[in-house]
Amino acid sequence: MDVQYFFELFLSGLTRGSIYALIAIGYTMVYGIIELINFAHGEIYMIGAFTGLIVAGILGTMGFPLPAILVLAVLVSMIYCAGYGYTIEKIAYKPLRQAGRLSPLISAIGMSLFLQNYVILVQTSDFVPFPSLIPEFAFLEPIAHIFASSDFLIVVVSAVLMAGLTLFIKYTKMGKAMRATAQNRKMAMLLGVDADRVISVTFIIGSALAAVGGVLIASHVGMVNFAVGFLAGIKAFTAAVLGGIGSLPGAMLGGLFLGLSESFGAGYISSDYEDVFAFSLLVIFLIFRPSGIMGKAKVEKV
Amino acid sequence: MKGKISSFVVAGGKQIELVVQDDQCKPELATNAATKLVSDGAKVVIGHICSGATKAALPIYTEAKVMVISPSATNPELTQSGQYPTFFRTIASDDAQAKLGVDFAIGKLGAKKIAVLHDKGDYGKGYAEFAKKFIEEGGKAQIVLFEGITPGAVDYSAVVQKIRQSGADTVMFGGYHPEASKLVSQIKKKRIEVHFISDDGVKDDTFIKVAGKDAEGVYASGPKDVSGLALNKQAIEAHKAMFGTDPGAFFDSAYAAMLAAVNAVAKAGSTDFDAMAKVMRSEKVDTPVGTIKFDARGDAEGVGFSMYRVQNGKYVEMK
Repeated sequence: MDVQYFFELFLSGLTRGSIYALIAIGYTMVYGIIELINFAHGEIYMIGAFTGLIVAGILGTMGFPLPAILVLAVLVSMIYCAGYGYTIEKIAYKPLRQAGRLSPLISAIGMSLFLQNYVILVQTSDFVPFPSLIPEFAFLEPIAHIFASSDFLIVVVSAVLMAGLTLFIKYTKMGKAMRATAQNRKMAMLLGVDADRVISVTFIIGSALAAVGGVLIASHVGMVNFAVGFLAGIKAFTAAVLGGIGSLPGAMLGGLFLGLSESFGAGYISSDYEDVFAFSLLVIFLIFRPSGIMGKAKVEKV
Repeated sequence: MKGKISSFVVAGGKQIELVVQDDQCKPELATNAATKLVSDGAKVVIGHICSGATKAALPIYTEAKVMVISPSATNPELTQSGQYPTFFRTIASDDAQAKLGVDFAIGKLGAKKIAVLHDKGDYGKGYAEFAKKFIEEGGKAQIVLFEGITPGAVDYSAVVQKIRQSGADTVMFGGYHPEASKLVSQIKKKRIEVHFISDDGVKDDTFIKVAGKDAEGVYASGPKDVSGLALNKQAIEAHKAMFGTDPGAFFDSAYAAMLAAVNAVAKAGSTDFDAMAKVMRSEKVDTPVGTIKFDARGDAEGVGFSMYRVQNGKYVEMK
């Protein structure tokens, strides 16, 4: 077996997996707390990319240096998307919180379609070029042909964000409140946790992370379009389910697992079956372990 | 239109009588129309329009030795199967782009190892499969990779690594520009030196806009630009003057078919099929789609696609 080829596929799988993981966190956090699959999450990612594009365009004409543009574009789109996430929850999910499980799900699908069409109307339905905002790191030059600066940045940023989020959930007061709400919302509320606030924060964090993913990936592939969120969202959702939906480390592991298996599947078998491969794995996995890699077997709450 | 007959006089002193039939693009009606035309004594048929209907009607014309010139039936088999010796067409067949791409890659770029990719769609996969067939038949280059990619996937780096691994010197891609621009920029990013050749789905200005400087040097085939030809302008003006509207689809190629047929009758001096076919295959005719003549199988030479190359942010036709 060709070791270098294996390594190349591993790195491309790692990049892909980090992208999935970053988006999957949004799905898994929301599901963990209100048991809703937020189908509009992929669209938040797409809006993040568009916001990044607009910010980068404005700053570019003002003559900002590249690293500053990247950082600012990411920050602005995080804030902007956090606002979207917060608003979507208030408009589309909160009024339906007592309405059983299907209504918010339909509402989420509606939100997803709404956001896509909204972007078509106010932006464009065309593919739009995205400037390469990620600088070429000199130290990566020797291996740039297998692991480019953008791959590196995506992996590192994802790792840092996930580590930060884990610490946040583990050690802060809000993190504790989130875990409590996830375990038992009613009990948490009785003990003085403001569940509405926790839910809002969850949407804000998830959306901000998706925005980071959106900007970095758009810069990595060099284009953006109103539909990019769909497939990315579906894959990230798969990653979240694979890892055990509701579990944070599960989303990360699931993302990496999915990215690597797609990369190796495409590399050693055929990219014709890339999606088939990913979803077959999911099916097989869920037959033997329905709760996913890190998921806990669910005890029905009575 | 059925049964409407008119007549006019052409060069060579021959009277031409028009017999019009409508097959509604339906194979079952096409055979009726063909039988009717043959029994009415038609010697040359301009049509049929759809490939399926044409295919159904052709055995009848072959049997009766009636010359058929279609302006629009693009199915490759119609000429390539050799089953329909009386068939000609003034439009390029569906595999023409793949043939052009392969000939260009091997002949002009000296490709030895070709990676063929497609987007799994009808159009892209069709292009890729024809390209594969032509490369294999030519025997001068080798296919080192044949794969479908997923449209809209977040990235293609695994496939791009596979291209490197395959040692390809040329990539041929069947599909549309969104995937093509992702592929070319990732190929550049991974520092792989290959020629990139694609089809009409990529010969789109959006491709250049999106891929930016990565688009430089990319080859894509597209229809020949005939709008500048004097005869083309003249034909369109004549149509507007007579009918008061812009001509519809296939006008250029139908006009060309008519001119080729009239020329064949005039030069052959008879409506005998063999005599007309000899003229069709040897004499060049000026038409609104360019100066054309027909090859042994009935495809028009000089009709169809050109190779374009991205130079300084524009597609430039390769002469």
